[in-house]
Amino acid sequence: MIAFIIRRLFASIGVLIAVGLIAFLLFRYVGDPVNQMVGIETPESERVALRQQLGLNDPAIVQALRFLGHAARLDFGISYQFKQPVSELIGARMPATLELAFVASILSLLAGIPMGVYTALHRKSALAKLFEALSLVGISLPTFLIGILLIYLFAVTLGWLPSFGRGDVVHIGSWWTTGLLTASGLKSIIMPAITLALFQMTLIMRLVRAEMLEVLRADYIRFARARGLSERKVHFRHALKNTLVPVITVVGLQLGSIVAFSIITETVFSWPGMGQLFLQSVQNVDIPIMAAYLLFIAFLFVVINLVVDLLYAAVDPRLRVAIHGA
Amino acid sequence: MKAPLLSVKDLRVEFITRRGPLTALDGISFDLAPGEILGVVGESGAGKSLTGLAIIGLLDPPGRIAGGEIRLNGERIDNLAPEAMRKIRGRRIGMIFQDPLTSLNPLLRIGDQLVETILTHTSLTPKAARARAISLLTEVGIPAPEKRIDGYPHEFSGGMRQRVVIALALCAEPALVIADEPTTALDVSVQAQIIAVLKRLAREHHAAVILITHDMGVIAETADRVAVMYAGRIAEIGRVEEVVRDPLHPYAKGLMAAIPTLEGRAARLAQIPGAMPRLSAIPPGCAFNPRCPNVFDRCRIERPPPLPIGTRRAACWLYDRGEVTPPARETVS
Repeated sequence: MIAFIIRRLFASIGVLIAVGLIAFLLFRYVGDPVNQMVGIETPESERVALRQQLGLNDPAIVQALRFLGHAARLDFGISYQFKQPVSELIGARMPATLELAFVASILSLLAGIPMGVYTALHRKSALAKLFEALSLVGISLPTFLIGILLIYLFAVTLGWLPSFGRGDVVHIGSWWTTGLLTASGLKSIIMPAITLALFQMTLIMRLVRAEMLEVLRADYIRFARARGLSERKVHFRHALKNTLVPVITVVGLQLGSIVAFSIITETVFSWPGMGQLFLQSVQNVDIPIMAAYLLFIAFLFVVINLVVDLLYAAVDPRLRVAIHGA
Repeated sequence: MKAPLLSVKDLRVEFITRRGPLTALDGISFDLAPGEILGVVGESGAGKSLTGLAIIGLLDPPGRIAGGEIRLNGERIDNLAPEAMRKIRGRRIGMIFQDPLTSLNPLLRIGDQLVETILTHTSLTPKAARARAISLLTEVGIPAPEKRIDGYPHEFSGGMRQRVVIALALCAEPALVIADEPTTALDVSVQAQIIAVLKRLAREHHAAVILITHDMGVIAETADRVAVMYAGRIAEIGRVEEVVRDPLHPYAKGLMAAIPTLEGRAARLAQIPGAMPRLSAIPPGCAFNPRCPNVFDRCRIERPPPLPIGTRRAACWLYDRGEVTPPARETVS
């Protein structure tokens, strides 16, 4: 197991270095960094001096290694538009995005798995048909529309929930901020989390339903029934557990996507997260932020993949062998 | 004879389809004495497995019992509520399925599967249930059961898994075990061992067995009586020695003639021309009439009931010697 993790860590570092090089190419060769930093009226002599100072005249390989070295220390340079270190900018906004993604994932799991199980077990019931109709809506309505509808209903018409922002936040440690500990923070996260969770929830529900229907046909389910086990045990102890491997895969990758691409939801709700920052940096060609964001997302997916693999082993003993032996 | 443990009378199983009901089992009747081993043979699709599933109440919809009755120790069990039937499954009727590789839940330790079954049917403490699970594993011949009980199914070979399955089916000492082709998926070298384990345990635990197979050799060695099924009906049922040595029903004759023997010098094995009809196209009269070498007019019109001949019953007009009395419905054992 330890050997497996170490091997995976090395592979992960390889992936991150590769992504880091792409980020470097982006940083160095998409536009001219010097042009981005200085004004139009800056004299040529100052530009040359800055170029020298930034090391842009060094061989590309030296620059690449320097970039990777800095990146390894979470130093991604200074944002062109904010004139602040990129790591600080991202660090300040990361908690908002991660919290939103976390709450949305929990929400989608808590609703999606029971709904999937229910629709699989009671295929013909009216409630199951309602769930399936809702899931079609959830999967086909675009995120921004759901967000806007929620805002219209709960913020504008009913006035129950705030329509934008994160509410009051509490600092935990040196840089993490959380809105989950204040009333206004909790109120603020409800709508963005639902908006983000709806698609995931329908996805999970449909996946669990399909897997469950498949598993319920398996011989070991029939044998479990033949042994006289209660339906509850057959369904939840024997069937549900066997549906979990694909669910873990999808949920893991979706969690990555939620973090990386919650841009639309964050924009609709003016959520002060990384998505907004990224959008602004694209509009302003703020390459250092884009490069750092690219690396961060790669890191996120690498970590999620590792966790997913370990969860596989926790769920399925057959994969434990593969992981031990591999 | 002793009161039968299991009594099946005129059992009919139908599948509801869009084009109306298809009769998959029709007029199945037999009795099973406590501790008796009844072999059930026939081609694929003859209704062997369905008979087993109907008895244990695990017919998958759209299949359903459409007629007849099943009694266990005199009590009707074919019309019980699902919860009452569940209490019978595992406790009074155990079932073993064909493929041991897929009969065990791959994610649970075999000990957990044994213990949960024991706890479902007994009031043992978890600790005592585990001790019982180990003794069951010993009985079915798993070496080092104290260690193996914590293994997962994939760590066992096919034969060992089927032993575990047998242990699982015997957890609550059922009076009847239905073994649906328990050796078909196994290596030939392992088949004999598994049959031996099944037979020994059935005797030690005083369980009657319905052994469904298409291996006549297994039946001849193991069973007390045999039922030959064809197209959802019992063609012939009787003591194994009699049916194997001197089959009455033309289909049973064909089946026995098709068994290869070492002495046989025939260049080709005997075969029955044609194929078993589909459920939707069972001919009127005797279901076997289009393939029967002894067919005559009556076979094409009138369906033969099980006719008692000695200790046997055969559903064939050849043995209706013009008697006017209607054929007895009594079961013979």
